[in-house]
Amino acid sequence: MGLFAFLKSKFGKKGTSAPADEKESRDIYSKGLEKSRKNFASRLDALSKRYAKIDSDYFEELEEILIESDVGVDLSIRLCETLLDKATKEKIFEPKQINEMLVDEMFVGYATKGDVIQNEISFAENGPTVLLVCGVNGVGKTTTIAKLAYRYLHQGKSVLLVAGDTFRAGAVEQLRVWAERLGCPIITGKPESDPASVAYDGARYAREHGVDLVIVDTAGRLQTKANLMQELAKIRRVLGREIEGAPQETFLVIDGTTGQNGVLQAKAFKEVTDLTGIVITKMDGTSKGGIILSIRDELGIPVRFLGLGERMEDLQEFDLDKYLYGLLLGGDANE
Amino acid sequence: MAFESLGDKFAGIFKKMRGNATLTEKNMDDMLKEIRVALLEADVNFKVVKAFVNDVKEKAIGQDVYHKVNPSQMVVKIVHDEIQSLLGEEQCGLTVESSGLTSILLLGLQGTGKTTTAGKLSYQLANKEGKKVLVAALDVYRPGAIEQLEAVIGKTSASFFSLGKDKDPVDIAKEAKKKALAEGYDVLILDTAGRLQIDEGLMEELRRINHEIHPTEALLLVDAAAGQDAVNVANVFNKELRLTGIIMSRLDGDARGGAALSIKYLTGLPIKYAGVGEKVSDIEPFYPDRMADRILGMGDVVTLVEKAKEAVDEKQAEKDAKKFLDGDFTLEDMLRQMKQVQKMGSMKSLLKLIPGMPKISDEDQARGEREMKTFEAIINSMTPYERRHPETLRYSQKNRIAKGSGKTNADINRVLKKYEQSKEMMRQMKQYSKTGRMPRGGNNPWGR
Repeated sequence: MGLFAFLKSKFGKKGTSAPADEKESRDIYSKGLEKSRKNFASRLDALSKRYAKIDSDYFEELEEILIESDVGVDLSIRLCETLLDKATKEKIFEPKQINEMLVDEMFVGYATKGDVIQNEISFAENGPTVLLVCGVNGVGKTTTIAKLAYRYLHQGKSVLLVAGDTFRAGAVEQLRVWAERLGCPIITGKPESDPASVAYDGARYAREHGVDLVIVDTAGRLQTKANLMQELAKIRRVLGREIEGAPQETFLVIDGTTGQNGVLQAKAFKEVTDLTGIVITKMDGTSKGGIILSIRDELGIPVRFLGLGERMEDLQEFDLDKYLYGLLLGGDANE
Repeated sequence: MAFESLGDKFAGIFKKMRGNATLTEKNMDDMLKEIRVALLEADVNFKVVKAFVNDVKEKAIGQDVYHKVNPSQMVVKIVHDEIQSLLGEEQCGLTVESSGLTSILLLGLQGTGKTTTAGKLSYQLANKEGKKVLVAALDVYRPGAIEQLEAVIGKTSASFFSLGKDKDPVDIAKEAKKKALAEGYDVLILDTAGRLQIDEGLMEELRRINHEIHPTEALLLVDAAAGQDAVNVANVFNKELRLTGIIMSRLDGDARGGAALSIKYLTGLPIKYAGVGEKVSDIEPFYPDRMADRILGMGDVVTLVEKAKEAVDEKQAEKDAKKFLDGDFTLEDMLRQMKQVQKMGSMKSLLKLIPGMPKISDEDQARGEREMKTFEAIINSMTPYERRHPETLRYSQKNRIAKGSGKTNADINRVLKKYEQSKEMMRQMKQYSKTGRMPRGGNNPWGR
C-alpha cells in the first residue's frame, strides 16, 4: 500500500511544526466534511468488521456504500470490479486491506484523470486575471464569489466584482452587499440588460484601474436552456476581446447535494465554456458529495474549492489527500 | 442524454437472447439489474431501489409475465405502474381553508427555489384564483433575499410584507399573521431562509415560527437534481415540522428527479407542485405518471406500451380474430383494424426495441395515414349493407360512393382489392391454425 503508507506518514504524525493557519484550515476541513466522512468511513469500517474474509457479498455491500455516497453507479461498479480483480490476483482477502486498496484506487483514478491539480487561481503574468463563475440556479454562485474575493483580498490582490446576473431579482443587490462588506469595487448593469455588456464594462474598468482579479458573476441557468448557454459563450467572447486570454479561469459551481445530474451539468457547461475547475458548495450539509469523484472521472475537470460552511473562511482548497484520508479513517486527520 | 434509457437496455438484453425471445428467470434477473441501475442513475435512494426491485420481481412473478408475448414490455409496464402508484395515484393540490386564513410555510435547503416558488404560488392563488394573498419575507440572512422576494411578488397581484432584515423572523411571522387576519387576507405565504437540516439554531427558529403560525401547509422545496441525501433532508424537516407536502423545483431541467420517488416512498408526503421555469406562471400540478416516465428516462417506450394497450381493445381483438377465422370479415372490420394499427402512432420507437423488425420510415408512416383517411371516407360513404357485402357493389353504386366521399372510382377499387387481400390472408391464417404451418409468401395486406 504505497499511497496509503504515504498518507499515513503525512497525516498520521502530529504536525508539531504546522503553522497556525494551516492547522485552522485543517480544522475547517475536518469539521466541514464531518458528515460525509462519518457516513462513509463508519460504514466502511463496520463493513470490514462484519466480514472476516471478503467474498462477493462484501463487494456488493461496498458498491452500495459508494452509490449511496453519490459516487455514481458506473464508477462505483467499476471501482468494485477493479478491486475484485486485484484482490483475486494478489490473493488478498482481508477486508481492511481491501478498503485501503479502494481509497488507493480512488486516489490514482482522480490524480491521473486529467490536468495536474492546482487549486489556487493561476494569475496572468501581466494585466488583469478574469474568473468567470457559472452554474445552474441556486447552487451558491454569488456566495462562492464573495468567499473567493475574500480569499484573494487576503492574499493581497485587488479584486473587482462584476454583477453579470441581471436576470434574477435581488441578485445584483446580493452581490453589492458583499462588495460593500469586503470593501471592493463592483460593476453593475440595469436589470434585464445584456450581461455581456456588464462584462465589457467590468473588463474595461479592470484594465484602466489595474485590477488583479476580476470575478464575473452570471445568472443561474439550467444546462438544458440552449439560449442561456449561448449567452454564456457570448460573455466569454466579450471578455476575451477586452483582455487578452480572458477569462483565464472559468469555475462551475455545483451544489454538493446534487446527485447524478451534477455530471450532466458539468458536461453541458464544458461544451459552451472551457471549464478550468469546479467548486462544490454546501459540502458541510451533505453526507454524500460523491460527485467530486464522478465528475473528475467522466470529464477530467478538477475540483478546486469546497464550500464547507457559511463563514467567509469556509471556502477551502480541495485537497485530495485529506479528503480521501478522511473518508477512509473517519477520524480527525490530525489523530 | 448521458444515460441510456431503460428501453434501450432491455432491447439489448433481448438481442443477446437470439431468436428465443421469451423471458426466463435468468434474463428476468438481468432486467431487474438494469431497472436497478436506471433508478440509481435517476438518483432514487438506494434503499428505495432495493425494496422497489423486490416489489417488481414479486409483481412480475404474480402476473406470470413469462408466458406473455412481449414479456419485456410487460416488465417495463409493471415498473412504470409501480412507480406511478408509489408517487400517488392522482394529483394532489393545496389545502385551502374554506373560511379564514390559509397559511403556507415554504421551507428548504439553500438554493432550492423557495423565493421563486413563493412568487409562483402567489401568482397561482392571487392572479389565477382571485384570492387575497400576503407574502412575508422571513429570510433576513441572505443578502438581497428580501429585495428578490419583493421584486418577484411585484409581478403578481399579491401584497408584500417585510420588516427589514434586523428583526427576528419569528416576530416578522407573527406580525404578518396579525396583519393578514386584521385585513381579511385569504392566504399568507411565508418565505423562510434556506437552511441546512443540521443547523440547530436555524431549525429551532423554524420550530418557533411553526409554533406561532400553525400553518395550513408546511411545504418542503426539493431540487429535481437532488441526490441520495434528499431523503435524509426531508426526514429531518418532516420530523421537526410535520410537513404537509413537497414541491419539486427545476423540473424543466434534465434531472431525472428520483428524489421525488424516494421521498414519497419513505415519508408518504405528497408532491403537490412542480416548478418548470423561471417565470411566475411556471408552476404546474405534479403528475405522477409523467414523473414515472421521467425517472425511467423512457417516456417513449412506456407511452407506447400504454398506447398499444389503449389502441387494441383486447376483447374486440379476440372477437375479430374469431370472426376472421370464420371467414366472416367485413369492410367495417378492416377499417377498425387499420385504425388500431394507426392509433399506436409512430411505430418506429416500438420497432427499435424488437430486434429483426423492419424499419418504417416517416414517409411510409405518412402514406399510411393518408391511405387510412381515404379508406375511412370511402367506407363511411357506403350503406351498412354495402359494407358487409362489398362484392355486390355495381358501377352506379361506386359512382355514388365516389361522389359522397370525394374520392375516385380507382380509390374505391383499391379499397376493395385490399379487402380481398385481407380476406385471403384470413383464409390462410385459418389454414395455419389447422396445420400449424405458416403459409409461404403470405400476402400481408398491411405491408406496403
